[in-house]
Amino acid sequence: MADKSKIRSILATDCGSTTTKCILIELGEDGYRLAVRGEAPTTVEAPAEDVTQGVLNAVREVSELIGRPLLDDKGKLIRPYDSEKNQGVDIYLSTSSAGGGLQMVVGGVVREMTAKSAEKAALGAGAIVMDVLAVNDGRLPHEKIELIRQLRPDMILLAGGVDGGTVKHVVELAQVVGAADPRPRLGMAYELPVIYAGNKDAAGDVEETLGGKTALELVENLRPRLEEENLQPSRLKIQEQFLEHVMAHAPGYPNLMAMVDEEIMPTPAAVGSIMETIAKRDGISIVGADIGGATTDVFSVLGETFNRTVSANYGMSYSFSNVYAEAGHQQVMRWVPFSLDERELRNRIKNKMIRPTSIPYLLEELILEQAMAREALRLSFEQHKSLVTGLKGVQKGSDLTALFGLGDGGEDTLINMLEVDMVIGSGGVLSHAPRRHQTAMMLIDSFLPEGVTTLTVDSIFMMPQLGVLAAVHPEAATQVFERDCLIYLGDCVAPVGRVKEGQTVLKMSFDSEVVELKAGEMKVISRTREEGPLKVVLEPAPGLDVGAGRGKPVERTVYGGVVGMMLDGRGRRPFGFANAVKELSEEVRLARLKTWNQALDLYPEEAKVG
Amino acid sequence: MGSYTPGLKVTPAALLRFERRLPLKGEVVVKEGERVAWDQVVARTDLPGRVEMVNLANKLGVDPSELEARLFKKVGDSLDKGEVLAKSKGLFGYFQTPFRSPITGKLESVSATTGQVILRSPPRPISMSAYVDGIIESVEPNQGVTVKTFGSLIQGIFGLGGETSGVLECLASEADQTLRPEDLEAAHKGKVLVVGRIVTAAMVRRAAELGVSALIAGGVEDADIRELLGYDLGVAITGNERLGVTMVVTEGFGGLPIAGKTFGLLKDRVGARASTSGATQIRAGVIRPEIIVTDLESDWEKEAEEPPDLELAIDAPVRLIREPHFGRLAKVVELPVQPERIPSGAKVRVAEVELTDGTRFRVPRANLELIEG
Repeated sequence: MADKSKIRSILATDCGSTTTKCILIELGEDGYRLAVRGEAPTTVEAPAEDVTQGVLNAVREVSELIGRPLLDDKGKLIRPYDSEKNQGVDIYLSTSSAGGGLQMVVGGVVREMTAKSAEKAALGAGAIVMDVLAVNDGRLPHEKIELIRQLRPDMILLAGGVDGGTVKHVVELAQVVGAADPRPRLGMAYELPVIYAGNKDAAGDVEETLGGKTALELVENLRPRLEEENLQPSRLKIQEQFLEHVMAHAPGYPNLMAMVDEEIMPTPAAVGSIMETIAKRDGISIVGADIGGATTDVFSVLGETFNRTVSANYGMSYSFSNVYAEAGHQQVMRWVPFSLDERELRNRIKNKMIRPTSIPYLLEELILEQAMAREALRLSFEQHKSLVTGLKGVQKGSDLTALFGLGDGGEDTLINMLEVDMVIGSGGVLSHAPRRHQTAMMLIDSFLPEGVTTLTVDSIFMMPQLGVLAAVHPEAATQVFERDCLIYLGDCVAPVGRVKEGQTVLKMSFDSEVVELKAGEMKVISRTREEGPLKVVLEPAPGLDVGAGRGKPVERTVYGGVVGMMLDGRGRRPFGFANAVKELSEEVRLARLKTWNQALDLYPEEAKVG
Repeated sequence: MGSYTPGLKVTPAALLRFERRLPLKGEVVVKEGERVAWDQVVARTDLPGRVEMVNLANKLGVDPSELEARLFKKVGDSLDKGEVLAKSKGLFGYFQTPFRSPITGKLESVSATTGQVILRSPPRPISMSAYVDGIIESVEPNQGVTVKTFGSLIQGIFGLGGETSGVLECLASEADQTLRPEDLEAAHKGKVLVVGRIVTAAMVRRAAELGVSALIAGGVEDADIRELLGYDLGVAITGNERLGVTMVVTEGFGGLPIAGKTFGLLKDRVGARASTSGATQIRAGVIRPEIIVTDLESDWEKEAEEPPDLELAIDAPVRLIREPHFGRLAKVVELPVQPERIPSGAKVRVAEVELTDGTRFRVPRANLELIEG
């Protein structure tokens, strides 16, 4: 790689499942700035079957937009940057989630203990978890064997047993994997990587069972004691194996690996690293999401704990139809401010799925896509919450529920939205929404922020590239991140609790003004971030909470943003619009959407729709 | 220059290659250079039999380390269903409980750590056919072959059902004709039928009853797909449905006339044998359904068409793949470099296109699909 101090021009791509995004960062008088961005369809599939074609197409677009050659006559990147001829770049980096990303099966002894820790380790490494095997998962051995064969994962992570604990059950699981004689998804030419991260006393037996049949790697136990998780060694090993085995067999990746100046990073790993950096830098708790074409990645940084989940089948192109199938017609339609025949909607959704790179042209179609995005984000966030729970198996007094992993799920999650300071959105549908107001509303409707929460968005969807850049040139990554990437939409204030129609749910006073918020209402107070902090007193109605407890007023410093300060009086736990299609008449539902859309000025052209 | 959306191939005459790979290593039964017929077996293998795992140490009430001594069979031995595999210790050698094999197969392994035994049923043989008439271009030992052939290829956008073959017949006289299930007759048994703008659930059921091989149409309603499958299709990975007939749609969801070029080519090849597959995979490693009509007697090298230019350029024939002109065919007349504002409010790169009737308008480049071939 070039000498860091001499790097003037940086090219970075993110090869998504649908689109390959390319950014060019240049050093100017005021430091590193984003110069231009281009994109092209990803070309992992036939007829090209070579990811570098899409990369080169995206680079060509960047080259065209900046008006400077980046590729030579043979289509090779010109390196380093030549100021005399005004051509080329100094370094080239890439992230990737194309080719279906990294697909894994994980296993542990008890579903809610070691198997869950294994799941977290895999998700943390940026993998899609196709299935979780456990001794107590209720499936018979032959069913598990059949499943492994059908799924053909890229890699398997096996855990189980605390150190010094059960050997028998762990080996049993290894025998299941061995009996399946699993073949990797991409090609027969290599052995399936299996990582063992369970009870160290069982390592010998596991090696005997799987050593000859798979590319077995042993790492430290990811759950050495019930009250301790040690996920990092497994995560690192997964990423190493991903590059060595899986990527090397994906269409065109050997070429891409030869093109880059640093190792290719899985996209979710790169986005996660940048989110972790922000949380640390500002000392805040963050929930973030990157909504892609095939998958949606959700991240949370709560204190020292970082969690990441990849929802494999929630996304805006390849997985579009699955979002509809999982959310259901009514949940999607609750966000749509006009009536639409179910038959027609179904056809439109399927047409987007089979032509995933197409974009909404009419406003009505944009509104539909944004309704789908709300549901994709909501479903992914629910999945994330159900995984971010305390360690099961740690005995707290006589709490047998926790010991046996009972009662697991949303209500058990460690994510308390009242404690989350910032929500970050990334991904095409959020970053490229024609109006930032639409982005803000999508984030509010799907994440349901509580109390006071800052809403931000990745300006043009470049967090993956900045994530990989941060590992190479942190200074450049931070500068671009602050100046060109993170857009502050504004703070959202939402009282928590059941709201009653007609009730004033919140009074917000600042300077000499008092703003009243009614139940079911949305308000925007126009204020930019540049106007600086504003001290406000928030007085929730009795029974409602904005952070200090039910009915208790609180003094807070809030900021505006490109949208302004947003007040949400629709209630939380429960959210007053959760089952809108079922509980409200069509007339009332449409009227509510209309007033909210007007309050946030979401679709100024809406009059022309429907 | 710039981005493009690769389209579906519709080629009257091209050199075509089909990889025929076994799911597991096995035996290739043809040689390089050999001429094969569509239904000829080219490779076969044995899928491992079903596995039965039993914790025999538990069943017999012995320690796993003692298990081997209680067995009447060694690892690798064959077993019949009901045959005694082991006996418990009993009391002073009496009251021993036998454990009988639940399956016919082999004793695969015995674990002294877990007390688990693995029994495996005999392997299930599977064979793979050539799928199309052609010549074996290359052999990948133990894995499969590549069949090279020459002829017409039509890629569809979505399909259901696996590989099949039949004589091609065009039931629709026009590309946008709507047919009824009653239009299918007993004489259509074993045929690949072109049925016009839409295929319905009722038509698929009728075709299956009659033994029709495949149905080809412009579109299909998603509601009909749900009716046929019995569930909402979430992630589009198809090909294994057992509908009794293969279905290929060329344009998309809803009633849509088959594109002129596609319909013309299908009509030209009526009476010839078509190999077809409904297998669709709309995500990494995209697989599209296809219809292939081979033409082995032509001069392959001479008549093969040039590979299409994948660049979106002036005069390129395109299909509009998004509302408001969904399904219409056009040609590119201008490619402005700078992004422009569209009715959704977004600013995107656009192309100006001209419909066959001369109407011109601008659409996002992302909403154009090149018509290849």
